[in-house]
Amino acid sequence: MKTEKTQKNDDLMSLIQTLVETPGPSGQEHRIRETIKEMVTGLADEIRTDALGNLLCRMGSKQANGKRIMVSAHIDEIGLMVIHVDDNGFARFIPVGGINPLTCLGGRVIFMNGARGVIGAERLEPNTMPKLENLFIDTGATSAADCPVKIGDVCGFDRPMLDLGKRISAKSMDDRIAAVIAIMAMRELAALPAAKRGPNEVWFVFSTQEEVGIRGATTAAYGVDPELGFAIDVTLTGDTPRAYKRPMALGKGACIKVRDSSFIADTRVVDWMINEAKSLGIPYQMEVLDAGGTDGRAIQMTRAGVPAGCISLACRYVHSPSEMVDKDDLNACIKLTAGLVSKEVKL
Amino acid sequence: MATEKKSVKAINFNLGKQELDLLTRLCNGVAVSGDEQEVRQIVLEEVKGLADEVTTDALGNVLVTKRGTAPNRLRVMLSGHMDEVGVMVVKDSEDGTYEFRIVGGIDPRQLVGKPVQIGRDHKPGVIGAKAIHMTTPEERKVAIPVEQLRIDLGPGAKVAIGDRGTFATKLAVLGPSLRSKALDDRLGVFNLIQLLKHAPANVDLFLAFTVQEELGLRGAKVAAFSFDPQIGIALDSTPANDLPAFDADEENARYNTHLGAGPAIYLMDGATIGDRRLVNWLSESADAAGIPWQYRQPGTGGTDAGAIHKTRAGVPSVSISVPQRYLHSAAGIVRKQDLINTFKLIHTALSRLDPSILNS
Repeated sequence: MKTEKTQKNDDLMSLIQTLVETPGPSGQEHRIRETIKEMVTGLADEIRTDALGNLLCRMGSKQANGKRIMVSAHIDEIGLMVIHVDDNGFARFIPVGGINPLTCLGGRVIFMNGARGVIGAERLEPNTMPKLENLFIDTGATSAADCPVKIGDVCGFDRPMLDLGKRISAKSMDDRIAAVIAIMAMRELAALPAAKRGPNEVWFVFSTQEEVGIRGATTAAYGVDPELGFAIDVTLTGDTPRAYKRPMALGKGACIKVRDSSFIADTRVVDWMINEAKSLGIPYQMEVLDAGGTDGRAIQMTRAGVPAGCISLACRYVHSPSEMVDKDDLNACIKLTAGLVSKEVKL
Repeated sequence: MATEKKSVKAINFNLGKQELDLLTRLCNGVAVSGDEQEVRQIVLEEVKGLADEVTTDALGNVLVTKRGTAPNRLRVMLSGHMDEVGVMVVKDSEDGTYEFRIVGGIDPRQLVGKPVQIGRDHKPGVIGAKAIHMTTPEERKVAIPVEQLRIDLGPGAKVAIGDRGTFATKLAVLGPSLRSKALDDRLGVFNLIQLLKHAPANVDLFLAFTVQEELGLRGAKVAAFSFDPQIGIALDSTPANDLPAFDADEENARYNTHLGAGPAIYLMDGATIGDRRLVNWLSESADAAGIPWQYRQPGTGGTDAGAIHKTRAGVPSVSISVPQRYLHSAAGIVRKQDLINTFKLIHTALSRLDPSILNS
């Protein structure tokens, strides 16, 4: 017999595994979108897909003391797009999103059409760094004619999730783990009696094309027209050997973003998040990031401007096929998200 | 690429005297980003009497509306940018020579030794450099920085700081090709005008003759906000890097496009991921009409689609380009047949555009 706790962990791991292993690089989010749509049908009062493929899910209706709140988690992942298949069947590619050539070497990929391949490199001089143009995908083809992929075909990295007990490693934790947080928060919200769900109209947005420049959230934010919003994303840590010095670390709780290089979180939103974490006894840490950007920026800059912030999950090895997060941090992010949107907000 | 049996008849279109005359006026006109008035004037004259509405917006875009007559028409925005890359005068050396900076993207190596025209009255000049007699082999190995180059107009020919200018090339027909400056993107402007003259009845056309594309898709951003379209299509020109690879034994894997292979349909560039429904609609339309086409290799760069697709709550968008050798130089080369086929593709595709495309 499994204990309730074990069962809960298994369910969560299964949800994470489904989301991180479903391929969907930027611009190719149809499959992951349909997967998530199935999961949230029944939880949301309204679901629609916009022109750029964002999935917009409304829970609740705005009451007199309520706000329209947008919560955005991007569902695209980094990947590769084929630009040319040579006579011998090797596929050259360009990155979709930020790809480090070092994490490509020896990697395996899976295309949206199901084809698989491995990444090889041209002859490299000793002690030189490969560039992406030195790399190619080998699908096992012997010529261009029998190559299962062609120009424009897109692949993501192919790597199964690893449950390491306290921690989990997988590709595309950035940002499928945020989709997990959003879905779990939606479930928590739906499980509350109607009177306890708060006065807000909450739009959970599963956004597209974040990795190529926060494009989906830009149009989603315009469409939702929120009065308040936050992104959920991963953030970099400084807790590994000889890492860049950064305050964020695995196991220290949900990260409340103060700034990154594209965005300064609204101080009222930061205070709102801190106060909620304190009142619920959720462990949290402050995030000050020297790089990056999230959907929070798109929410903040839409129309005439919106108070916006970001809840981040500390994540090691971001944009590698083996990103790592902490389970307790994950639960803290879920609790914080659900807590924030289910009460009257006074900034 | 055409495999499907021809099932659609493309419009009969050719570059006759009238079309070549318009192309010549458009390409020989000067419209460096930020001062597009000369080409705008040509556009305004050409669209007169053909459109339902014509306005010039705050940034200088010409916005032309032409409604169809069939029921259930989609609102389709097509953009072609009027501006071109060029130079701007920044300092008068008081001896007939002027210091300048580049407007948009020009390889400084393309500037040396070129005749130029400066200011709204097209004052002739040259960007000179030391004669080979006076240079050392070492000097000849490095590109001269723009800061060290001068435009020589000769004493007495005054231009003002802030005046813009461009290459003094005139359009020429070279057998199957056109040679000109500013084919990027007067070909798009030309195709928009042709589309207005041969407007399909099943769509509402929102034609944006845009400004400041070369500086970051600025005109298209506000034009798309005004039009609020359901579909966006940028018409542009893209490099054909189809000359043999450096090592003749090596396959050229980075050609971008090939001259003569037809209009180039975009999958992804640095600013836009092409909407796959629209990419497929274009390629299927070309196949159905027997029009040759090619994919533009996914890569960097951007077109007006980069601004259009992010407008308001989002606009499914795609780009089509005429392949061109030597882009952003004094003399680009395009094949006449590629231009003709680009227009045929746009016209054919629009003529069979069904609103259900947005539900798929």
